[in-house]
Amino acid sequence: MGKVVAVTGNEAVANALRQADPDVCSLYPITPQTDIVQRFSSFVANGQVQTELLNAESEHSAMSAAIGAAAGGGRVITATSSQGLALMWEMLHIASGMNLPIIMPLVNRALSAPLNIHGDHSDGMGARDTGWIQLWSENAQEAYDNTIMSFRIGEHTDIRLPIMVCMDGFIVSHSIARMEYLEDDEVKKFIGPYQKVNPLLDLEHPKSFGPLILTDLYHEYKRLQHEIMGRVKNVVLQVSDEFGKLSGRKYGLFESYRLEDAEIALVILNSAAGTSKDVVDELRDKGIKAGLLKPRLFRPFPYVEVGQALKHLKAVCVMDRADSFGGYGPMFMEISSAMYQADGEGRKPKLINKIYGLGGRDYMPHDARKVLLELNEIAKGAPVGAVKEYIGVRE
Amino acid sequence: MKKWTELVPGAVVLEAGSSARFKTGSWRTFRPVWLQENCIQCLMCWLYCPDMAVKVVDGKMTGFDYDYCKGCGVCAKECPGKQGKKAIVMEPEGK
Ligand code: SF4
Ligand code: SF4
Repeated sequence: MGKVVAVTGNEAVANALRQADPDVCSLYPITPQTDIVQRFSSFVANGQVQTELLNAESEHSAMSAAIGAAAGGGRVITATSSQGLALMWEMLHIASGMNLPIIMPLVNRALSAPLNIHGDHSDGMGARDTGWIQLWSENAQEAYDNTIMSFRIGEHTDIRLPIMVCMDGFIVSHSIARMEYLEDDEVKKFIGPYQKVNPLLDLEHPKSFGPLILTDLYHEYKRLQHEIMGRVKNVVLQVSDEFGKLSGRKYGLFESYRLEDAEIALVILNSAAGTSKDVVDELRDKGIKAGLLKPRLFRPFPYVEVGQALKHLKAVCVMDRADSFGGYGPMFMEISSAMYQADGEGRKPKLINKIYGLGGRDYMPHDARKVLLELNEIAKGAPVGAVKEYIGVRE
Repeated sequence: MKKWTELVPGAVVLEAGSSARFKTGSWRTFRPVWLQENCIQCLMCWLYCPDMAVKVVDGKMTGFDYDYCKGCGVCAKECPGKQGKKAIVMEPEGK
């Protein structure tokens, strides 16, 4: 049984990283993530971890160094937010293309311009196609748990992939909440020693990383990458199951909240899912059959399972804290795909998309209530207006 | 050609020195030609060649390895030759 504490999301994640005691941490500070690497640097300075700390001159360099260290054969971490992730973009593809299991907390923040430091999901959604695994977290507890599990998932020898653990900037990263730490030795045992796969620092078996692969083989390598991504789901389930036995906290590919007998539902990520669950309860008390689905594993996306979980509903609103300008919200595109492929008797839920909370704009219970009541009307036969719409915006 | 199921994840090359099998000589449009009579055996060509394509045996320049020589002309440029006469000249391929 772990220790109950009141800490910020950043402190919780920094402690998960301390408990993992990685070989190398390459870092560059950026709000709202800075607090994680700052705390981790203290752990290094105090001798609480054996990690070699590397202060890079940019996020591009931090990720490059992480790639080098991981190829060398070390357990490697870094952390970032927003513009930092954007600057890493080129290297993100290289980390995944080389199958290097780098662990990276991503404290979600809006992208410039205009400059904004607050929480939304534009950064993580922009990294959707980089070949990284993405786990999303509602609160400090989930961010802590996901960080610990991410070592087991990313480093699993069936996959060996880099992994981002996402949590909302400020809303979770800087708010103090109740959560439980596992004991240091429990985490150490759960994560286990680092297993090297084809390390570069092995003079007996010299090897090369990063060859030039042209038209004759590139397509085959990408097919292999697709195959490896396909194995992630089972690894996530297996690791989450084992973690559940250790911690008593259950995790799946996504969370279903009062969904089984629901008629209407929200699909919503991270901290705003917590707010929405309260409103689901309130509407249930009034006899409205509301539910909620909170994705956890966003890459690879569990289309079949999500499709199964939602296909019985009458109306669903997909809530996006990021926009794909000129397209629907990024989560809406996934849910639409999942529903189009879902097998059923031809009856599928009506889908709408709301963009909320950009640049840290508050998402309040009345926002959730308004959307759920609109869904309730659609479920009763009211026509769908605009498919995609901004909410909580001054008109 | 390998199938995708036969590839090493991450495109890691597990064999040392495999680049020796990648012959780059076909890139050449000009080839260096060695004029032995003008050669003073200074080995500047060997030193400057970016592709290790100058064949040196027992400390002596003996000619070029056309499997790897890309025809860049660096050796011909650097060659001092004898009494103003170059020991390496570049000639168009296919001539
Ligand atoms: S032409 Fe260039 S590659 Fe060929 S031998 Fe001379 S220096 Fe080397
Ligand atoms: S640089 Fe010219 S002179 Fe010197 S060894 Fe080479 S070919 Fe001979």
